[in-house]
Amino acid sequence: MSLRLLKKTLLRLGFWCLIGVLLLYAVFPFYYAIVTSLKPSGALFQVSYWVESPDFSNYAAVLHQASFLRAIGNSLVVALCVVTLALFLSVTAAYALGRVKFRGRGTVLMMVLGVSMFPQVAVLSGLFEVIRALGLYNTSWALILSYTIFTLPFTVWVLTTFMGQLPHELEEAAIMDGASPWVTLTRVLLPLLWPALITTGLLAFIAAWNEFLFALTFTLTDTQRTVPVAIALISGGSPHELPWGLLMAASVLVTVPLVILVLIFQRRIVSGLTAGALKG
Amino acid sequence: MPVSTTHAPREQLLLTRETPVQRRQVRTAWLFLTPMLLCLALVAVWPLLRTFWFSLTDANLADTSEGSFVGLSNYLFHNGSNWSGILVDPQWWNAVRNTLHFTVVSVGLEVVLGLLVALLLNIKFTGRALVRALILIPWAIPTIVSAKIWSWMLNDQFGIINHLMLSVGLIDAPLAWTADADLSMWAVIIVDVWKTVPFVTLLMLAALQMLPSDCYDAARVDGIHPLKVFWRVTLPLLMPALLVAAIFRILDSLRVFDVIYVLTSNSSSTMSMSVYARQHLVEFQDVGYGSAASTLLFLVVAVIAMLYLYLGRRQMEVRS
Repeated sequence: MSLRLLKKTLLRLGFWCLIGVLLLYAVFPFYYAIVTSLKPSGALFQVSYWVESPDFSNYAAVLHQASFLRAIGNSLVVALCVVTLALFLSVTAAYALGRVKFRGRGTVLMMVLGVSMFPQVAVLSGLFEVIRALGLYNTSWALILSYTIFTLPFTVWVLTTFMGQLPHELEEAAIMDGASPWVTLTRVLLPLLWPALITTGLLAFIAAWNEFLFALTFTLTDTQRTVPVAIALISGGSPHELPWGLLMAASVLVTVPLVILVLIFQRRIVSGLTAGALKG
Repeated sequence: MPVSTTHAPREQLLLTRETPVQRRQVRTAWLFLTPMLLCLALVAVWPLLRTFWFSLTDANLADTSEGSFVGLSNYLFHNGSNWSGILVDPQWWNAVRNTLHFTVVSVGLEVVLGLLVALLLNIKFTGRALVRALILIPWAIPTIVSAKIWSWMLNDQFGIINHLMLSVGLIDAPLAWTADADLSMWAVIIVDVWKTVPFVTLLMLAALQMLPSDCYDAARVDGIHPLKVFWRVTLPLLMPALLVAAIFRILDSLRVFDVIYVLTSNSSSTMSMSVYARQHLVEFQDVGYGSAASTLLFLVVAVIAMLYLYLGRRQMEVRS
């Protein structure tokens, strides 16, 4: 074998080793959670790297907990409502910011960007007061309302970028035909924006599904909790004896839908995450 | 999580007189903006102003309207013989130190690892799309869940990490990752790095794909060493994207809460500024003092954010 060929083979081998390490690093923790969740509680304290005989008792136990099912329901309602609200508010805003030139546009964009950088805890006490004044404490509405603080800036920004990229002739023709701005937006521009709406909707959904600090602070009872809080509060007999099998089963259950979504919509998510970010 | 830049779609100068059509358009624009602006005013601007106000009162969580004005005494107060207030609270300064330690180490690691992974995945190979999708998994897992998974893996008695390290001979006795004061910050950093490297990688990959290929063709023709090409061409061209990613991560890390709260709860060796502020606000019900901590955190983040906006502006000016 020539030296050149040897060098090439070694390089190739090294490359695939790196890819292997990378995949192991990225996927192993989730894989290990699945392995743990499929063990009966007796076998939990023996480390093993694969499932020998899957045991679904942890899943059965989790799914029999009314409060956990309730938490999944709450999370779904909250996340879907947040997505709907954020998309509605940001589509109209993005139309104004992306299609019309007016004084104050730059200021509005800067303000939106500024809000996206807020530390959540900085609004915690003020928001707590607002929520209590509106009578929303310990309801899903408290979360739906408060989650707009981190979804809205993001959806507005991304949709404005996408909206700005649509050709101008479109709405000129619509305006010539005497269409109102609302009709132009909903009939002409919106149909072209579907891919962007799906992307931003997905990202908003994931953000709302995963949120913890507000959910922990603005809800109090088991019936109103969302999934992250429910999982964080699962406890065993003593603080040092967490029911790990149960915990991992619950973790896998709430994560699998997200992982599937991410794998299916990978391209869209990537385009949404990087939209506008690097084009400046 | 928001990803954006100071780059807004280009503004054109309106030197011509406005026509009625334009005036109507501008009116519509504001009408369309109103719902979004009202919503942000309700959930962001007003609560923030209230937080500032609370920090000057002795309000209590049970009834926030009861508080009376106490000036700056939540921040600093001299009662004749000694100082009190947040600015002389060793716990607060401990939280500041922890947050800075966490931010510097984790963002540093994330940027370096993110860049390396992006360079690796920028090479064309079969199955690249699948690998790119799979490395997104840590990013999609809720922070709470990843903190729980890792705290199981890092469990001192039954955790797989200790098991592996023991069997390889790296350590002689199991490590108490989340309980040991010297190790717990590392545990937090490990989890955070694992979760956010994919995000940095994505931004870097997008930036790599926008690099002009002619530089590389020229470099190859001239037979320049790839490492030299990286240091002299790739890295300088990637710098703006790298800075954007780093600043996003810095802003995120400064307000870190979830991962620390779940992994080590209120342990003082990992307590961040957000955890400190929430502890005073909710657990001690001391809205005045907690709001003062929140306000200080807000100021730190605001200074960094403004620095970022300023740099972004300047960059845009240089380019145009």
